[in-house]
Amino acid sequence: MDARRVSLTRYNERTKQYLEVLRDIDLQVFEGELVTIVGPSGCGKTTFLNAVDGLVKLTAGRILVDGSQINGPGPDRAFVFQNDCLFPWRTVLRNVTYGLELQGRLPAHEMKQRGQNIIELVGLQGFAEHYPHELSGGMRQRVNIARALVMEPKLLLLDEPFAALDAQTREFMQVELLKILARAKTTALFITHQINEAVILSNRVAVFSARPARIKEIIKVDLPSTRALSLKHEAGFVEIEKHIWRLIEEEAVRPDMLAEA
Amino acid sequence: MNAIPSPSGTSLEVQLPPVISWWKRNENWLLGTIAMLVFLSFWETSVAFKWVNPLFTSAPTRILRAGIEMFADGSIYGHIAISSYEFAVGYGLALVIGVPLGILMGWYSRLNAVLEPFVSALYATPRIALLPLILIWLGIGVSSKIAIVFLGAVFPILVNTITGVRTVEADFIKVARSFGARDRQLFLTVALPSSVPLLLAGLRLGLGHALVGIVVGEMYGANEGLGYLIATAGARFQTDKVMVGIILITSAGVAMTELLRWIERRYERWRPNFRG
Repeated sequence: MDARRVSLTRYNERTKQYLEVLRDIDLQVFEGELVTIVGPSGCGKTTFLNAVDGLVKLTAGRILVDGSQINGPGPDRAFVFQNDCLFPWRTVLRNVTYGLELQGRLPAHEMKQRGQNIIELVGLQGFAEHYPHELSGGMRQRVNIARALVMEPKLLLLDEPFAALDAQTREFMQVELLKILARAKTTALFITHQINEAVILSNRVAVFSARPARIKEIIKVDLPSTRALSLKHEAGFVEIEKHIWRLIEEEAVRPDMLAEA
Repeated sequence: MNAIPSPSGTSLEVQLPPVISWWKRNENWLLGTIAMLVFLSFWETSVAFKWVNPLFTSAPTRILRAGIEMFADGSIYGHIAISSYEFAVGYGLALVIGVPLGILMGWYSRLNAVLEPFVSALYATPRIALLPLILIWLGIGVSSKIAIVFLGAVFPILVNTITGVRTVEADFIKVARSFGARDRQLFLTVALPSSVPLLLAGLRLGLGHALVGIVVGEMYGANEGLGYLIATAGARFQTDKVMVGIILITSAGVAMTELLRWIERRYERWRPNFRG
């Protein structure tokens, strides 16, 4: 993915005011890479991700995926939503195959087969016929990820997918996600407001400034490529974490923002 | 630390006698049934001891006798047939028109803007108040009753369907759009399934209104039907027959409501907190 001088200004109909959300963002994600975006809350991280998915229009600049400019949602990108947003009336399998169903290119049995494969990949074998309300939060997020992966996207977009999970499940899911992405060989752009989550997951971390969001710094995470949770206690990890903290602290001047981060 | 023995020395899991455990399992409906039986016997007794005049209150056994008589001499079948016919056609029309129109009005906001004032006005009008007008237009035959049943049932169905289609969660729409759903797909895969619960609730509401429509319609202007039976028997102080008519309509209402509940449960297996 290649974002070039991306800017976005939004008009609020109620207050009749323009709000500059993104300013001149340049960001590349190379094949096989996982890049994380962190930044103070409300800085426009999610808006940027929505723009990459094609759900919102840019004011200026352009975003290319695999060399071609994006223009609305497309099969080369798939989105993993913050609240899992699974359709409660569909079973796990039918939630996972939803995107394929919309495309209507595959015959039913092939769709089902691909759905089953991905369900196994995310570790949910045996739950294909369950309804979402019968699953735990962590399992629902696996379905959410599977629903995106089944599309075999060039770029996976993840919007704080673990924000609603409890602390333990969250840590466990971070490692799981890395395994899943390695197995699926997918490039990913991940948003979080948790700094250690960003560091443990990424090859690079892009730190956004407060609104209007600009790229403050891009940090390369020089840590072994197979990551374990124990890494979080090592000196190198903690060093990067502190550095990012300082960058965000400079941006998050308001005490309520500090509390939230 | 030493374990402290409980005072009685028994374990907490006491084995209940079979009668008591059977009662515990069936408590809800047993209590209901017993309450009903107590009520009926009190009713019967108060008539038997002449505490009340059966001319006003009738009595369970007298109602049963009147009912058997009316079925035996065949006088009731015509009334049941005509009321069922009016209900079936009126409610059927309400379904066939209310659901598709509600879907269209929920989906196309322009159409909704055009029709909404009419729907709101008619929904707010007690449809029974239109009965004299309908009788002027359609006479006292079945068509006026079909019309009043239709008008009673169609608005709850329509309004609930509109609301169901319009109140689709924004998150679901975002998911569908992100996966490349076109308008038609968005409607079929998101708006329609998520509006089913409200639609079914609308059908249940409409049912109640339809039954009121039949009874009042037939009381007011008809020469056949259960409502007519109730009205004429009432005019002649035949309380037993009035009660037979009421019980028949009540049973039909309960049966159809249960049928709709059953359908609701089937469609809502996916609901959390669903108790089957």
